[in-house]
Amino acid sequence: MTVGRGFAPGAVRAAEAALARPPRTLWADAWRQFRRHRLAMFGLVVLTFMVFATVFGPLVYPVKFNEIDMTQRLKPPSLAHPLGTDDLGQDILARLLFGGRVSIAVGLAAMFIAVTIGTAVGALSGYFGGTVDHVLMRVTDLFIALPPLPLLLLVIYLFRDPVRGVFGAELGIFLLMVTVIGSLRWMPVARLVRAAFLSIKEKEFIEAARCVGVPGFRMVVVHMLPNALSPVIVAASLGVAAAILQESTLSFLGLGFPPDMPTWGRLLFDAKDRLDMAPHWAIFPGLAIFLTVLSINFIGDGLRDALDPRKVG
Amino acid sequence: MTKYLIRRLIIAVPTLLGISLILFVILSLAPGDPFAELALNPNVPVEVRENLRRQLGMDDPIHIRYVKWLTSLLQGNLGYSFVSRVDVTQLIWQRLPTTLFVMGTAYLVALLIALPVGIISAVRQYSWLDNLATTLAFIGFSLPTFFTGLIFILIFSIYLRWLPMVFTTNVQAAGPAWLLEIVRHAAMPIMVLALFEGAVLTRYIRAAMLDVIRMDYINVARAKGLSERAVILRHGLRNALIPVVTIMALQIPGIFTGAIVTEQIFRVPGIGSLLISSIQLKDTPVVMAIVFAYAVLVVVFNLIADLAYGVLDPRIRYD
Repeated sequence: MTVGRGFAPGAVRAAEAALARPPRTLWADAWRQFRRHRLAMFGLVVLTFMVFATVFGPLVYPVKFNEIDMTQRLKPPSLAHPLGTDDLGQDILARLLFGGRVSIAVGLAAMFIAVTIGTAVGALSGYFGGTVDHVLMRVTDLFIALPPLPLLLLVIYLFRDPVRGVFGAELGIFLLMVTVIGSLRWMPVARLVRAAFLSIKEKEFIEAARCVGVPGFRMVVVHMLPNALSPVIVAASLGVAAAILQESTLSFLGLGFPPDMPTWGRLLFDAKDRLDMAPHWAIFPGLAIFLTVLSINFIGDGLRDALDPRKVG
Repeated sequence: MTKYLIRRLIIAVPTLLGISLILFVILSLAPGDPFAELALNPNVPVEVRENLRRQLGMDDPIHIRYVKWLTSLLQGNLGYSFVSRVDVTQLIWQRLPTTLFVMGTAYLVALLIALPVGIISAVRQYSWLDNLATTLAFIGFSLPTFFTGLIFILIFSIYLRWLPMVFTTNVQAAGPAWLLEIVRHAAMPIMVLALFEGAVLTRYIRAAMLDVIRMDYINVARAKGLSERAVILRHGLRNALIPVVTIMALQIPGIFTGAIVTEQIFRVPGIGSLLISSIQLKDTPVVMAIVFAYAVLVVVFNLIADLAYGVLDPRIRYD
């Protein structure tokens, strides 16, 4: 018997008390950590507000986003039009609420595609290793070296009209935009998943699973992926912000959505030549993009702190 | 060092080949026929059109077309603009210096902001200064460049009337007046880019410094009685810069995004605004060439980053 193996009565009581409490889960721990991050909580509140406003706003707000009123052109904010009107007398608040749906939807959908591709590439690379890993990582490096905006512009320039012909103006450009943004944003996710897989692969529970004969696909999906989730969640949340920015940049350059789909970037594109007469037309959509992106970035930072196992606190 | 440089250069070749392959595949997958307009012209007989197609190798199998395209690319032949009938290479060389001037100055300004702020933030972690810098940095990289650009125009050109709205390289003045004019024209595009990049860089420099100043050798440097300045700058910063250079290299493709947007807002006559106007004019050879030029720039800047790496960390040269 070595000295110090006996437990002090106090410690035993504390352990019993801990057992009596409901078990602490990973996600509850993460949430506890996340709540302490003041800026992240601020981001969560703002983002929830933005999402609710864009989802339910157009249902509640009585003015239609494409109602043209030539007597009310370029009016500054007033009671009738809280955020003013544009050069066709359309209500900017209504356009902002409606366009926000598209902006946020593009961000989410593009990130979904990016995470799917990235996870697949990273998982294959990390799980198989060897030649598969080598080839896939070369491809990833190649994609990292591609300048994203020029390439996006090129693809949209070449494929806009045909895609529009097949799926219609709105859906066509949405699908094209989401696919292209998504397929140029998967590289960080792939690298993170690969790195996580490389370390998970060596763990004892994987060896144990292999011993009981778990097949490869099940091994990846059930045993390895859940353990590689944390970095992916952080990257995905930050990726949504980046995708929203990318969409608004394209729309701002006049190569995104048509004017009857008033995404936030598109509103700025329309507003930029009337800056002297109607600054409100540009400021409110710009603020909407800024607040959404800022709150997602704060949330991403909070998630990183909350999900990083190295950080104890 | 020479050997290291040569090895890096050799690695850049497959990257460029890969990029050219991706661009070529995108272009050949795209529907639409450059001869479509010719087909609509009743004065051009069908046989002439077919002959032209054959002469230009349009009916060759795809891999042969790629090799032909690549060979002419390597000879510096990027084709002719559909619109201005000018050699594309010439067009790009005209515009490139302006782009590099605006981007380079912006990046320099960004570094000048980010280095001191990042270092102080890390050294005084969680102080009010660090909190302020962190909040400002988050605001900085969440503000899209096109919005900052419009806000700058609104404040400095429309309300204060200090700065001109449109950039020009063609300044009619001499001596100090000339310099002042250049600064007045370039100030807004450069600041828009610099603020965004500076915000991103501040975060990375802060993180890298935080990792480094917890190391034992920093304590050793302090223990042997070095001044705090020498500890932070000579022992801390130099080591922190190694990961920062990597990040900077990875950031380069993204910087072009901001550069294209600012060039468009302030009508800077660089390759970014040329790209947008060529897209609007449906000038495919110019669009292709500029996208490829951007890709080449990315590879070149990555090489420069690799060089900086070798200078910062002598160990890297010998692996």
